[in-house]
Amino acid sequence: MTRTGRWQTVALAVLVLATGFPFYWTIVSSLTPEARLFQAPSLIPTTLVLDHYRALFRERDFWVPIRNSLVVAGTTTAFCVAVGGLCAYALARLRFRGKAPILGLILAVSVFPQISVVSPLYLLLRSLHLINTYPGLVLPYLTFAMPLTVWLLVGFFRQLPAELEEAAMVDGASRLRAMWEVILPLALPGLAATAILTFVYCWNEFLFALSFTLGPERQTVPVAIALFRGQYQVPWGQILAAAIVATTPVALLVLAFQRRIVQGLTAGAVKG
Amino acid sequence: MASVRLEGVEKVYPNGHVAARGLDIAVADGEFMVLVGPSGCGKSTALRMIAGLETPTAGRVLIGERDVTALPPQERDIAMVFQSYALYPHMTVRQNLAFGLRMRGETAAAIAGRVEPAARALGLEGVLDRRPGQLSGGQRQRVALGRAMVRDPQVFLFDEPLSNLDAKLRVETRAELARLHRRLAATIVYVTHDQEEALTLGGRVTVMRDGLVEQVGPPMEVYRRPATMFVAGFVGSPAMNLLEGGLLLPPAARPTAAGDGSVTLGIRPHDVEIVAPGTGDTDARVDVAEPRGSELLLHLRLGADGGGAEVRVVAPPEPSVPVDAVVGLRCDRQRLHWFDSRSGRRLD
Repeated sequence: MTRTGRWQTVALAVLVLATGFPFYWTIVSSLTPEARLFQAPSLIPTTLVLDHYRALFRERDFWVPIRNSLVVAGTTTAFCVAVGGLCAYALARLRFRGKAPILGLILAVSVFPQISVVSPLYLLLRSLHLINTYPGLVLPYLTFAMPLTVWLLVGFFRQLPAELEEAAMVDGASRLRAMWEVILPLALPGLAATAILTFVYCWNEFLFALSFTLGPERQTVPVAIALFRGQYQVPWGQILAAAIVATTPVALLVLAFQRRIVQGLTAGAVKG
Repeated sequence: MASVRLEGVEKVYPNGHVAARGLDIAVADGEFMVLVGPSGCGKSTALRMIAGLETPTAGRVLIGERDVTALPPQERDIAMVFQSYALYPHMTVRQNLAFGLRMRGETAAAIAGRVEPAARALGLEGVLDRRPGQLSGGQRQRVALGRAMVRDPQVFLFDEPLSNLDAKLRVETRAELARLHRRLAATIVYVTHDQEEALTLGGRVTVMRDGLVEQVGPPMEVYRRPATMFVAGFVGSPAMNLLEGGLLLPPAARPTAAGDGSVTLGIRPHDVEIVAPGTGDTDARVDVAEPRGSELLLHLRLGADGGGAEVRVVAPPEPSVPVDAVVGLRCDRQRLHWFDSRSGRRLD
């Protein structure tokens, strides 16, 4: 091995260690008994127990926030991809006046600091009787997730050659049919990437979820974890266990679609 | 099959670019019409307006006797072969060929009954289950052709379909297209920037420039009697010599200027003969000599001192003519073209 090769290996090892260690520590801590958490922490655990996980699902019923998060993030993502997809297609392909202002406006909606719209949104949702409901979370989530979806998808659709749809239309397909038969299958990597990004974004959202829910029956995972801490104690073991439970499905999802996401995000960067 | 007519068609793009300024083009039923011209002359826009992919700013488009100006492409019953072929990359060759039939609601049996023979005719039966990405350039071109053929449309539109093929394949496909036209007796509108393609393929040729029609006619008529100086210079290879004032000829042989304008003489490089110095219409000095196998292309400068206008002459390959030699030039008097220098129009 050459000198540079060796240094590269060392640098890589340090980098991997620095990135991986927090995950390792989280996993180990979530499996360490509460009593041992703060005494003599050691890198290699001696006793591993599932106490925290048991407590999470038996005492706290962590299934409820998981279900809530799945419903809210899933519904938002489905809406975003379906409606945002049509919207992005129109913005990418049809000729009409005011296209640039519309794109700008969509972007502008998403750049408001969340905290500045929490109060007006709260009043709005209260007058609609939507506080502490699923729609009461999905609708506000659409305000930031939809612009993200539209912008990403406009990019993907623009990269597909227009001649393909023209060929489909000359072959007898209507515009919507051409989109369905030709453009959507080709944009699938982009759609998958967009859907996952939107889902992760909604899955981790905290401020809206905290503000627009009242009790555990509608709280999402991040809110539930934040409210674990009691007046006199912080159940670190359970918090870390919950973090693992909340992260794993998303991580698996991303890993499963990893290649598609990378393809989607870099599509058209080079001719292929 | 049907006729195609553009009547006073204009097209101005939102950015102000004018692609068509009052086009009148009539393609008869079963005719092979080639639209040819330099890039930006509006030929592709004209084709796209026939297809319905662009909407004219003014004027009418008729297919058969039906006014289709406002109809979307899918209601015009046309087939088009794109320059990029535009094959659907996620479908097999079979699905590509069947797509148009499927969109028109044909039954599976009817689709198979048309796809199979078309694939056989184009030599594609071995690759029916491959995707376009696994095909060679020539095969892709044939799939694009097949996709148009299976449907039996009113009109075939071709947008520079040969420009992505190498020279050998292009000549083969050109012959195949001519055969196809004869067999199907189809109405074809074919766009190209290549004047040679236009001459070899066209039943009639429409030469366009700047969104206007310069001349319409059978290929040999356009070649023999170009209506304008632009057509004279564009059609034929190597390009026709255009000499203002007719400098190539002795003064007595030049016509008196028409009206107050001066005249331009056009003569093709093939219609000038190399003779001994002093015995032709004028003398010239050889500047560059390009052997082209069957012939020799000479670039000459008029005058024994080689200081005059440039003239191209095609000579037999033997005897070879050395560079810097002074030769005489004799013009074929039957093959002279005279143009009004100002308007560019042919004078006789």
